[in-house]
Amino acid sequence: MSAPLLAVENIGRRFGGFVALEGVTASFASNKVTAVIGPNGAGKSTFFNVLSGVLPPSTGTMRFKGRDLAGTPQHRFAHLGIARSYQITNIFPELSVHENVRVAAQAFRSRYDIWRDRAALTELDDKAAAALAAVGLTHRGSATAKFLAHGQQRALEIAIALVADPELLLLDEPTAGMGPEETKEMIALIEKLAAERTILLVEHKMKMILGLSDRILVLHHGRLIADGNPQQIQSDPEVRRVYLGQNDGYA
Amino acid sequence: MTLSAQSLDAGPRPLRARLAARRVPLSILALCLLPWILPSEALAVNVLVYGLVAVGYNLLFGYTGLLSFGHAAFFGTGAYVTGIAIGRFDVPWFAALALGVAAGGALAFVIGLLSIRTRGIYFSMVTLALSQLVYYIALQASSWTGGENGLRGFTVSELNLFGWTVDFLDPVKKYYVIMVFAAAALWFVSRILNSPFGSVIEAIRENETRARACGYDVERTKLISFTLSGLICALAGTLFALHLAIVPLDILHYHTSGMIVMMTLLGGAGSFFGPFVGAFAFLLMEDVVSLWTPHWQIVVGSVFILFVLFLPKGIWGTLMAWRAGR
Repeated sequence: MSAPLLAVENIGRRFGGFVALEGVTASFASNKVTAVIGPNGAGKSTFFNVLSGVLPPSTGTMRFKGRDLAGTPQHRFAHLGIARSYQITNIFPELSVHENVRVAAQAFRSRYDIWRDRAALTELDDKAAAALAAVGLTHRGSATAKFLAHGQQRALEIAIALVADPELLLLDEPTAGMGPEETKEMIALIEKLAAERTILLVEHKMKMILGLSDRILVLHHGRLIADGNPQQIQSDPEVRRVYLGQNDGYA
Repeated sequence: MTLSAQSLDAGPRPLRARLAARRVPLSILALCLLPWILPSEALAVNVLVYGLVAVGYNLLFGYTGLLSFGHAAFFGTGAYVTGIAIGRFDVPWFAALALGVAAGGALAFVIGLLSIRTRGIYFSMVTLALSQLVYYIALQASSWTGGENGLRGFTVSELNLFGWTVDFLDPVKKYYVIMVFAAAALWFVSRILNSPFGSVIEAIRENETRARACGYDVERTKLISFTLSGLICALAGTLFALHLAIVPLDILHYHTSGMIVMMTLLGGAGSFFGPFVGAFAFLLMEDVVSLWTPHWQIVVGSVFILFVLFLPKGIWGTLMAWRAGR
């Protein structure tokens, strides 16, 4: 088997005396959907923030396509091929929907040029239109982003990540706050995207995860307690204990 | 929910778009008419100079979303360096102007470098503190700057360039000479806003976290924007020095920074022509109200508060939004 797309070894993250993440080792192959689950405070968000460069890990190493990511500033991650969405919708609220995606595409084309007209970069408009079409937002292109419905804003955020054409897409609770109808659409979208890229997602909706994922990682108190396919995870005694012990109805 | 979102949807804005496409020639036309609208040419030159400072400031505040309280430093440095270059070293006016702009820009780069990593109120306070440092240096170095008395003795009575001579004591000619520079600066700012870089700074204003995740080096972009903004303010400063033939120490004081912020907000932060409108309104109010009371600040301040509370988009921004909404 070829080298994994992303390999993390023994990564940990401390905040002062608090250990949010400890000794996580995992590698991710191409074109698979992996879900990261765990009770609240398990370290899922910290794990995602480390993987997307928001937080440098306190310990351990990360390799993306064989390249060591140590010391790489966050803004370089998008250029390497890692893009993400956020748990709380994170878009450019006052810009048009089209401009939200166009400016994201522009990061790979022109960042400091003041002498050209932005309108002259027409290929970016095409890319933005394609990304909006992929998430079903073509008809909303001229709307101001903040006026979109919640589910559409989540979809827009995925379009922003998608236009970077990332090999690794990190989705932090893509269906957070969505109704059943919107959730269904989002699942269909993720399935479509999974055909040609590697997806890592954090989710709470168990049914969705079991149906969608090739593999599930379970975090508890910052540690990786289980790693396997959905059937293995469902029958894992440690996972059952953590979730049933929580008694929060996820299992 | 979806329904209300649909109805709130902003449609295309033809008038706004048409205005935006012609914003530089339209702005220059408005500036050409200015001396014939205002009661005196001196006031018109002031509007021009302060409008230009506000335009430079707006690039940082209105478009990049950084609230600096230190822009008096760049305005003042431009003025002082030009004055010293002419008065002490007999440098030709055009070179003195270039020196002033370069010095103000260099200072903006340094202050930007020191302040850009802080955020929100801390950024405002660091810029304020550093600009006050510049103020105290100017106060102490009185053999160079004239200290409290301000810098004097560099009157430029005529401008020579490529064999052309302009009588700089004629107020109308003076106005139009200064206007040429203001027009060039306006074109430059419009150039920046139309460019790919312009969309990056707007993205940073809208959502820094998202811009970084998209692959933009936020700190570097902010520093460039800060420096460009400082360059334009420094140009305004050099023109101010040429105009008054004196540089008052007050130009470096944080009161001046505050005034720049007020003018920008009054006219409309984040709108292209707003800062000029703000400078116009501010200085006209000062001119008219100070005829019947020395406490003109009370009136101007009240108007400012009303605007911040009820028309946060400022005069020009509100006007544009109102026209677009019809």
